[in-house]
Amino acid sequence: MNMNESGMQTGSSFLEEIIRESNVDIRACYQCQKCSAGCPVVSAMDMYPNQVIRQIQYGRREKVLGSKSIWVCASCHTCSVRCPNDIDFAKVMDTLRHIALRSGIIAGEKDVPVFHMVFLESIKRTGRIHELSLILRFKLKTRDFLKDAGLGWQMFRRGKIKILPQVYSARREIKELFNTYEKGAAQ
Amino acid sequence: MKEATYYPGCSLHGTAREYDESFRGVSKLLEVNLHELEDWTCCGSTSAHCTDEALSVALPVRNLNLAGKYDREMIVPCVACYSRFKAAQQGAKEHPEYLPTPYEEKVAVHYALDFFCDSSMIEALKTKTAKPLSGLKVACYYGCLAVRPPDLTGVKQYENPDHMDRLMEILGAEAVPWSYKTDCCGASLVMTRTDIVITLSQKILSMALEAGADCIVTGCTMCHANLDTRQASLSDASGNKNKIPVFYFTELMGLAMGHREVKKWLSRHVTDPIKLLSSKGLL
Ligand code: SF4
Ligand code: SF4
Repeated sequence: MNMNESGMQTGSSFLEEIIRESNVDIRACYQCQKCSAGCPVVSAMDMYPNQVIRQIQYGRREKVLGSKSIWVCASCHTCSVRCPNDIDFAKVMDTLRHIALRSGIIAGEKDVPVFHMVFLESIKRTGRIHELSLILRFKLKTRDFLKDAGLGWQMFRRGKIKILPQVYSARREIKELFNTYEKGAAQ
Repeated sequence: MKEATYYPGCSLHGTAREYDESFRGVSKLLEVNLHELEDWTCCGSTSAHCTDEALSVALPVRNLNLAGKYDREMIVPCVACYSRFKAAQQGAKEHPEYLPTPYEEKVAVHYALDFFCDSSMIEALKTKTAKPLSGLKVACYYGCLAVRPPDLTGVKQYENPDHMDRLMEILGAEAVPWSYKTDCCGASLVMTRTDIVITLSQKILSMALEAGADCIVTGCTMCHANLDTRQASLSDASGNKNKIPVFYFTELMGLAMGHREVKKWLSRHVTDPIKLLSSKGLL
């Protein structure tokens, strides 16, 4: 077995952190690889789902939290329903993303967390997602203006893209809700 | 007349406009009186649950609390929103500390597909099906969240569901058996890793064609957007020039019940469905 540089201690504490925060006991995993076999995005991963579990057990915190895998996971729950040991791996992936963001570790797939942040910013601003504003804000951040421009035009012609965000009355309330969670006051 | 609260969510007010229009249209024909939830806000979607668990519970709960003021069940056509509502109801129980005030579960939340597959709705639908969809072969595409996780959706046959297939048969269509019913299309990765979505969508589209389907039917706004809009680049990449229209199940319900606005809904699709329906004499 491949132990990590700093030995068992770090390994088990990362493992414990994951088990505690996700409430999923991954110690039952016997590496049957059923999760990876059914995962639709496995070919875009730098660490397969079963390997993520093993690396957590090895205590390789930086490697796991900085992986592409945790951000290309589409949260499809296929792994979770097929695991013979009832390991809810989709939930573990959520936990890994939360911890990665809190730890400020550089994401292996940088656009995905940027997209999530822009998405949440949009909700905070108006309470609802106005798709055009969301796409433009995301494009501003990633500087990728040409991708899908033609498709955008086709959708606009078919009445699928609204130019102006809706006006309604919950805006202030939703801003306050976000402020509460950003301060961590609700927890 | 049945009364129900309607939570549209962001997509149905935007890119999935035809889902909103057809859902309202068929509800009316089936005598379900919809009340759009006043002052609803976004459910938080994938971005909230990927980044902040407490927020991913709080955002849906805000809407559940609004809906709880009325003595009506709530219907959610967007399966991504539906999934977040079910997860939040569970999350609020498991983690009351996520919320400033305790959550009291007052409202029953239903996914629109499940709602229409309920026996009373099926009976109503049988009597209202005026123009059966004879000769139309459909591949029912459930996607992920209509079935998974099963403890939230309550769907027993989550690997090979058939409730949408049965619904289509009531409408007179033929539901083809195929094995990609619950495979993932890549969902919101379309914004960041479009390449992954193109690969996954291509697989689903070509498997539906291989199964002999004329079209795909879905009840997910992300699946619809990915499958409907990614066919130009799809056929280029594979050399396969076949296109396959993608319907919302509510559009086909409306068609079979003879709703007058079906054409308007269908004109919003990127992959043209009108030609297929005209060639089958259904439009
Ligand atoms: S399916 Fe379950 S037991 Fe098998 S490798 Fe994956 S997590 Fe481990
Ligand atoms: S939830 Fe994520 S890791 Fe699990 S099968 Fe789906 S994409 Fe793969």
